[in-house]
Amino acid sequence: MSVSMSLLAILDEGSSYGLQLRNEFEARTGGVWPLNVGQVYTTLDRLERDDLVALQPEPEPEGSKVYQITAAGREQLAAWFSRPSKPKTPSRDELVLKLVMISGRDAGSTAEVVQAERRAAIELLQEYTLLKRDASEDADLGWLFLVDSLIFQAEARVRWLDACEERLARMRPRSTTTPAPASQPSEVRK
Amino acid sequence: MILQMTEVTRIHGSGHTAVEALRDVTLGVAAGELVAVMGPSGSGKTTLLSIAGGLDHPTAGSVKVEGTEISTLDASELARLRRQRVGYVFQQLNLIEGLTAAENVSLPLELDGIGRKEARAAALRVLSTVGIEQLADRFPQDLSGGEQQRVAIARATVGERSLLLADEPTGALDSITGESVLRLLRAHCDNGGASVLVTHDARFAAWADRVVFLRDGRLIDETTSPSGPETLLVPR
Repeated sequence: MSVSMSLLAILDEGSSYGLQLRNEFEARTGGVWPLNVGQVYTTLDRLERDDLVALQPEPEPEGSKVYQITAAGREQLAAWFSRPSKPKTPSRDELVLKLVMISGRDAGSTAEVVQAERRAAIELLQEYTLLKRDASEDADLGWLFLVDSLIFQAEARVRWLDACEERLARMRPRSTTTPAPASQPSEVRK
Repeated sequence: MILQMTEVTRIHGSGHTAVEALRDVTLGVAAGELVAVMGPSGSGKTTLLSIAGGLDHPTAGSVKVEGTEISTLDASELARLRRQRVGYVFQQLNLIEGLTAAENVSLPLELDGIGRKEARAAALRVLSTVGIEQLADRFPQDLSGGEQQRVAIARATVGERSLLLADEPTGALDSITGESVLRLLRAHCDNGGASVLVTHDARFAAWADRVVFLRDGRLIDETTSPSGPETLLVPR
């Protein structure tokens, strides 16, 4: 659904052919969600079948098929923009499952897992933040929305891990709350 | 190394009431480096920062700022080092209400014997680097929270101070304003300074080159340097 609506949104700004659509999608999303040309053409076929896009009568000189959005396509796109996105079921998350499964075991091991996952989440957050640091003041708004989304999702994971650690600490004596170092902190930067 | 803490321990009180706030903490911060310290309440973050800046003394261990062992300094030498080498930014900004932004920034220089005119010129330069030169003659109460934080950062970096210590500097700010504060801390480091940022907020800690984790007074873990955004992007 989201790929087809994204292609409709791009076509709403002007007619285009498959490779152009793929390139434009990846430019706007920074390649975070890769899309192959085959997937683009399959989606376009489906959109054409449903009368949401139509082929332009004249192909490009190189023979590429050029697509344009139809009135029905615009209507669907407007409905997509205005309808709140509500995932019906939570997606399965490996980290959540990992903590659910380890929760009944030794608390010290659980604390170590929590810290290792927190470090990994913050390292990911650092990488996402580099994207933002490198973005110029007048960077594309959609790109900044995307990077913010990645950052806030990673942050939510860290906050959730913090909450898990607090919950864990309350379940056992304080003397055992300190997890063993997940890795040896580097003493100094020479 | 701008800051070098080696096997620092801090114990408050003695006997049965002794509380170990820091234990065997070793942390080095090089020129150009921004290090974030994360940990739950009571883990020792603020104690670490206070000892790094000479506001508190370690019970054991060594603290060097630009090679100077600060535990051996007498009170006036320590005060001079704090004025000339170390800047502090807190969540409570501690700006002086009766002084303008420029006067707040130039105050540390004037306390150091620099003439008023020269101190004001230096204050205006640093206010310009934090983007609020035009607000130099406003009083703190006439500035927004974000603008006041910029004044506080300007005051912390005016002069030749290489080490900037920040304790929850984004705590009272909205998300985008908080980001602009982090950009200023980064700029300080990118210009050859060093900074230690204490924060409970992972989103702001992620602006650091390195994040270290404190638990019950001990450094238990740290991140490795981010490998760069290109690893996230899919080659075309």
